[in-house]
Amino acid sequence: MSEEQVKNLEEQFEARIARDEKIEPKDWMPEKYRKTHIRQMSQHAHSEIVGMLPEGNWITRAPSLRRKVALLAKVQDEAGHGLYLYSATETLGISREEMYEQLHTGKAKYSSIFNYPTITWADMGAIGWLVDGAAIINQVPLCNTSYGPYARAMIRVCKEESFHQRQGYEIMIKLANGTPEQKEMAQDALNRWWWPSLMMLGPTDAESIHTAQSMKWKLKRKSNDDLRQQFIDQTVPQAELIGLTIPDPDLKWNEERQSYDFGEIDWDEFWQVVKGHGPMNKERMKARVNAWENGAWVRDAAMAHAEKKQDRKEKKAV
Amino acid sequence: MSTKNWPLWEVFVRSKNGLEHRHCGSLHAADEEMALENARDVYTRRSEGVSIWVVESKHITASNPENNGEMFEPAQDKVYRHPTFYDLPDEVKHM
Repeated sequence: MSEEQVKNLEEQFEARIARDEKIEPKDWMPEKYRKTHIRQMSQHAHSEIVGMLPEGNWITRAPSLRRKVALLAKVQDEAGHGLYLYSATETLGISREEMYEQLHTGKAKYSSIFNYPTITWADMGAIGWLVDGAAIINQVPLCNTSYGPYARAMIRVCKEESFHQRQGYEIMIKLANGTPEQKEMAQDALNRWWWPSLMMLGPTDAESIHTAQSMKWKLKRKSNDDLRQQFIDQTVPQAELIGLTIPDPDLKWNEERQSYDFGEIDWDEFWQVVKGHGPMNKERMKARVNAWENGAWVRDAAMAHAEKKQDRKEKKAV
Repeated sequence: MSTKNWPLWEVFVRSKNGLEHRHCGSLHAADEEMALENARDVYTRRSEGVSIWVVESKHITASNPENNGEMFEPAQDKVYRHPTFYDLPDEVKHM
């Protein structure tokens, strides 16, 4: 294809997106569109899969059967969300194995929030309430994104995710209304998860390298800073309602903006964790790689069994 | 180390009797039995279905959007296939 032809196709493509048309897997698309989507969608899938680890840590120690079935269902949903997203990404021509390889070698990233440890039961509350809360804010606009398979996967994900946040907040309510020790545990979890949750919504707009292009492709509808402000404004009253304190001395209602002003985010910490120096980066990757390698014989056995069954069927037919 | 990867399957779910099966996504599984079981766990965790079809993706033949012109345009100028093409006197309210 000549350069001119490609340019022509690109213009038609951008116009389709501007008209709110969806792009489907076999449609022509610019290489950059394909690559950007593979990167973002696979990162999203990896985040769901790695995101099971911090919570999986507490399934066997959930304090009641009610809490246990809920946590188990939430973690199972995350596996499902990872699978919807992996298969949506595969429609762009990358194989599942390549994606795993990229995750396991550290080439692909996942949400850095999962590189923090879950040291008390209250962390299950804080994760559901804050981490899933921030994730929902990030994900809802994606239900309208330009790539059809991604948008469809996100609609399913968003439908299922609202119970995640509620179950987390319910854990926090219960602890906040419990004994002084329980309340302290809830406050401690909020203290540890608040800032990482704010960071989860991404670098400030000034530092975000992908924003402009992603806005054009509707991979993004609002900027990181706007999403962050939305998260803060919706979460602060929820903390107040249950008597917990947001760990930010600079947090103040701004009458004029009808929004909360908040303190400086420690972006050095964010970049340290992204670069692999968070408290749990190594542990998370080790768990993933072990699961993959230790499961190899099961995958092989299943395949061998399937082939044997097929052979037997064919022999019978002869 | 694994030598062979599990094939890809497309999943179709009928949400209730009276409605058609609808494509809802895909998954990997070693054989059709496992594909059905995985489809149940991945795509119907909240009673989204009463029936599931799985088809190995390689068995699907799809039209190519690059040929959409010759494939679908012939239908565009056949307006006489639609009821609105035909003139009726105003007095005839329902037909």
